[in-house]
Amino acid sequence: MKVLLSWLKEYVDIDVTPKELEEKLFSAGLEVEEVVYLGDNIEKIYVGQVTSIEKYEGTHLYICHIDCGEKGHDHLILTGADNVFQGAKVPACLVGAKLPNGMEITPRKMKDMTSYGMLCSGEELGLNKDWYPGADVNGIMILDDDAPVGEDIKTYLELEDYVFDISITANRPDCQSVLGIAREVAAFLGKEIKNPDMSYTCEDRVNEDISVTVVDQDVCPRYLGHYVYDVQYKESPLWMKRRLIAVGHNAINAMVDITNYVLVEIGQPMHAFDLSTLEGSSIVVRRATEGEELITLDEKKRVLDSSNLLICDKVKAVGLAGVMGGLNSEITENTKEVLFESAKFMKDSVRKTARRLGLHSDAAARYEKGIDEYSVECGMARALNLTQTLGVAKISSSHFDVSAGASTERRVIQVETAKVNYVLGIEVPEEEMVRILKNLAFGVELKDGVLTLTVPRYREDIESDQDIAEEVIREYGYDKVVPTFLGEALVTNGGLNGEQSKELSVKNFLCTQGYFEIQTIAMTAKGEFDQFMIPEDAKERKAVEILNPITENLSIMRTFMAPAMVKALENNIKNGQSDLRFFELANIYIPKALPLTEVPDEIKTLCLGASGAEEDFFTMKETLENLAAYNDLTFKYQKGNVPYLHPGRTAEVYCDGEQIGVFGQLRYDIIDSLAIAKDKKADTRIFIAELNYDVLKTKFKEKINYVPESPYAKTSRDISLVVDKKVECGQIIETIEHADELVSKVQLFDIFESEKLGFAKKSMAFNIELASGEKDVTDEMTDEVIGKIVNLLSDVYGAQMRS
Amino acid sequence: MMFNADELKKAFMDDIQAAKSEIQLSEVWKKYLGKTGSVQGLMNGIKQVAKEEKKAYGQFVNEVKTWVQEKYDEKKAQIEAFELQQKYEKETIDVTVPVKIRPMGNLHPLTTVKYEMINVFSGMGFEIFEGPEIEDDDHNFTRLNVLKDHPSRDMQDTFWLTEDLLLRTHTSPGQIRVMDSQKPPIKVLVPGKVFRSDSDATHSPMFSQMEGLVVDKHITLCDLQGMLDEFVKGLFSDAAKTRLRPSYFPFTEPSVEVDVSCFKCGGCGCSLCKGTGWIEVLGGGVVNKKVLENCGIDSEEYSGLAFGIGIERIAMLKYGINHMGKLFENDIEFLKQFKA
Repeated sequence: MKVLLSWLKEYVDIDVTPKELEEKLFSAGLEVEEVVYLGDNIEKIYVGQVTSIEKYEGTHLYICHIDCGEKGHDHLILTGADNVFQGAKVPACLVGAKLPNGMEITPRKMKDMTSYGMLCSGEELGLNKDWYPGADVNGIMILDDDAPVGEDIKTYLELEDYVFDISITANRPDCQSVLGIAREVAAFLGKEIKNPDMSYTCEDRVNEDISVTVVDQDVCPRYLGHYVYDVQYKESPLWMKRRLIAVGHNAINAMVDITNYVLVEIGQPMHAFDLSTLEGSSIVVRRATEGEELITLDEKKRVLDSSNLLICDKVKAVGLAGVMGGLNSEITENTKEVLFESAKFMKDSVRKTARRLGLHSDAAARYEKGIDEYSVECGMARALNLTQTLGVAKISSSHFDVSAGASTERRVIQVETAKVNYVLGIEVPEEEMVRILKNLAFGVELKDGVLTLTVPRYREDIESDQDIAEEVIREYGYDKVVPTFLGEALVTNGGLNGEQSKELSVKNFLCTQGYFEIQTIAMTAKGEFDQFMIPEDAKERKAVEILNPITENLSIMRTFMAPAMVKALENNIKNGQSDLRFFELANIYIPKALPLTEVPDEIKTLCLGASGAEEDFFTMKETLENLAAYNDLTFKYQKGNVPYLHPGRTAEVYCDGEQIGVFGQLRYDIIDSLAIAKDKKADTRIFIAELNYDVLKTKFKEKINYVPESPYAKTSRDISLVVDKKVECGQIIETIEHADELVSKVQLFDIFESEKLGFAKKSMAFNIELASGEKDVTDEMTDEVIGKIVNLLSDVYGAQMRS
Repeated sequence: MMFNADELKKAFMDDIQAAKSEIQLSEVWKKYLGKTGSVQGLMNGIKQVAKEEKKAYGQFVNEVKTWVQEKYDEKKAQIEAFELQQKYEKETIDVTVPVKIRPMGNLHPLTTVKYEMINVFSGMGFEIFEGPEIEDDDHNFTRLNVLKDHPSRDMQDTFWLTEDLLLRTHTSPGQIRVMDSQKPPIKVLVPGKVFRSDSDATHSPMFSQMEGLVVDKHITLCDLQGMLDEFVKGLFSDAAKTRLRPSYFPFTEPSVEVDVSCFKCGGCGCSLCKGTGWIEVLGGGVVNKKVLENCGIDSEEYSGLAFGIGIERIAMLKYGINHMGKLFENDIEFLKQFKA
């Protein structure tokens, strides 16, 4: 919200500097984002009068003598412009002058003469014709005859002024106007507010033909219309144009400028319809029908539906309610009669329309935050006042007020002062509360510790003692808050619970394994399914979709972690990095059904990714084994099948008989699709693990179980055997482990393939430990168990023992 | 009769001084202290000694034996020490030779900062709660007093999944979930990922927040500042202070923005604080009574305070990271700098 200081001063007496005002606005909750001084970088430029002018022979220049009154009566200035004449008043930049374009004036030699200054154009002062007529001429800006010679140009052009750009919080729509800000300023400076003149007198004339109907009153609770006639198509006065320009509006014509002026001053969006364009002189406020079209003032065709509220005449739409007028009812130089609109449209309706159409106007911005009933009336009154005083049109007696029972009574609430102080935690004296609330234009009565407050009509946000506490502390000062440390609160136990500590411990453990934690975005692109060769009917493709994604690349919630992990590795490899170990612990999102009918499952997933010359399938397996050991778990592995992993190098990981994830080497054809240098692709291997952390964490031991060392003797034997190459080591281990209850540990200590063993054979050697919790294991028992194992392996796998 | 062992002693001393190794020493042992050694020979000589002198002779031999043994032990210790010394010298290595190591990984800076924050609040008695990232309108907005037509829904551009389901736009729904399941006294932190549909130099569509909620009897605005004073001291420096200024959130009233005194310049004004001496770090306020009531907590008996902290912002301030995107690029050169 942009506010011009001089405009603000019209309604409240401001006796502090702009800097002090900025600070006070800030502490009252009106954050000033920027203060712009209009006269910034304009120095030593004065109103000068040309006392003589002659052609400088042999050049294109003129020799001027300039009278700057008390700033010197005779300045010799050369100019190339040929619109200067004797007696003309001009902006004279004397030696040492500064201009907004960064130019600084020094004595300048031109042919044989020295110019002691410069005459400047409107453009060089950063002005256009709406700020000063003639500012746009090609040449020197010629000032009015009544310009006082010697006056600082900033004073003369009203540039000694400031624009405050203030950010308004969503609960204070009433501050979205110069008047609204003035009310706040008046409150904290303790000054009277001077309301704008809203008086006008109506002619006797009425127009019986006009009708105003609101069909959808739920989204338009109040609609005021007023008919004016004998419209003069003309420019607004200079003061109005300057104020509009300063806050970012263009000057268009007096009628339109009045609506914009009221928008900025009162905060009420206004609209002026050319009555002659309204079929049947009718205004009908209704929802659009499906597919109905309207060309808005910005000359764009809008296709609408029933969520859009329209202003229509008898047959057609003439405006998008609260957002933008239609091109078909625009004010033109032929406009003779106008119907003013000042209405309250519901914020939700306006917001949806503005959003859906991507159309953001100043009117919409205000309606979206909420317009109070009070400004609807003030806006209309002020518009009619300006129309009359500026002689833009005559005011008829045809006034329309379609109100769905709008209350014009001020609300009264009761608040205990003790409760206000209870919220704040400090003792604000009652008389201070009364003073503050009176300054904020509340009607205040205090009796027995109870404030009876009559709420200003524009303060629709005020409801409870908490709201009043905020008003009080805003004005009383946040610096009066005395920090206390939960003085009366009960002591609670804090900190991470077991599961949360464990998670941090797992992360820290992975760091010790050389893994760096990464964080990737949870949204992803559908295209990744194809890149990762996910089959058409695979579960990974059943993803939660975002209805309003910002880009196609972030349009679904991820169903597996590998793509983001691969992307992170890819980016680093592209940057010339190798030897990468990354992990991420984050959610994947699995819908229970599609289309989504209930909250999807969020599954915390631990993803590992590794790449580098020393990485292979088994280095990643080592990390997984270490992770298991670190947590006193046992992982089992089985050959697996995952669409994006190497068909011969993929494992399923099990814990306590339950699958907790998969890992393996990324397919070569996926490596091929990555954006890394061609010559690097052949050597690049990527290994990925994805573990369901939500399942894994259920396996973690909740407490440490100490078991005293067994007093019974245990034994161990080595066996060495030859089997077909296809027999998996894991199967053999499993078989040995289950062969007898005395088997307590089985460890592979050698494995190799050799032609000497026979075609497609391999040799494996295991150390087998036998132990019992009840008795010593004897040599005889050992022989018996080993014999049993040997027979079993021979029967099941055709294993031959090697001596 | 006088016994004399001077010759033996002299010979023994010559031999033992000549011994330079344990092997040579064992020869000396054999020669004097062994079964056939000279000391034993002296012992055997007792047979020739007159009966009345046997006692004195025995004493004499024992003295000699003890003397020889002592000298022998001394020498043995010397030689052992010398040989150990030699072994050490021989085994001496160049300790500065570098080894091949697999570098240590480390946590992501956002995780590190998150746990630092948790640590500070844990000491104040805060528990940690993690809510779902996919929420419904009710938890994310309505029960937090962000009503359907409320303009503050615009403050949070929402990713919608259905008419009702959405990616949470803040960690505040965690407040509702905690108050639904727990009765006061409540002190809880809700860290987590949140999502908003803007993406530019200063925004990421996904980022992290940490919500804090305290509900108990007599909780006031003063408690909010007192607690946050402790927080900024713990996180930034002992000299850090906070400043409250008015703001607006639908779920707190009064609502405040909380600034921390600039920890780079100490409040004198520098580039980090843009010359103001203060840095905006979080928002908070006294819990709106409507929110308490929406969760079935008697607002006459209890009051609360709540705050929300942007974890990325804190990480960026703490480490001087100038671009939020860096946190999600996962560039190893960036990541490896955050060893805690």
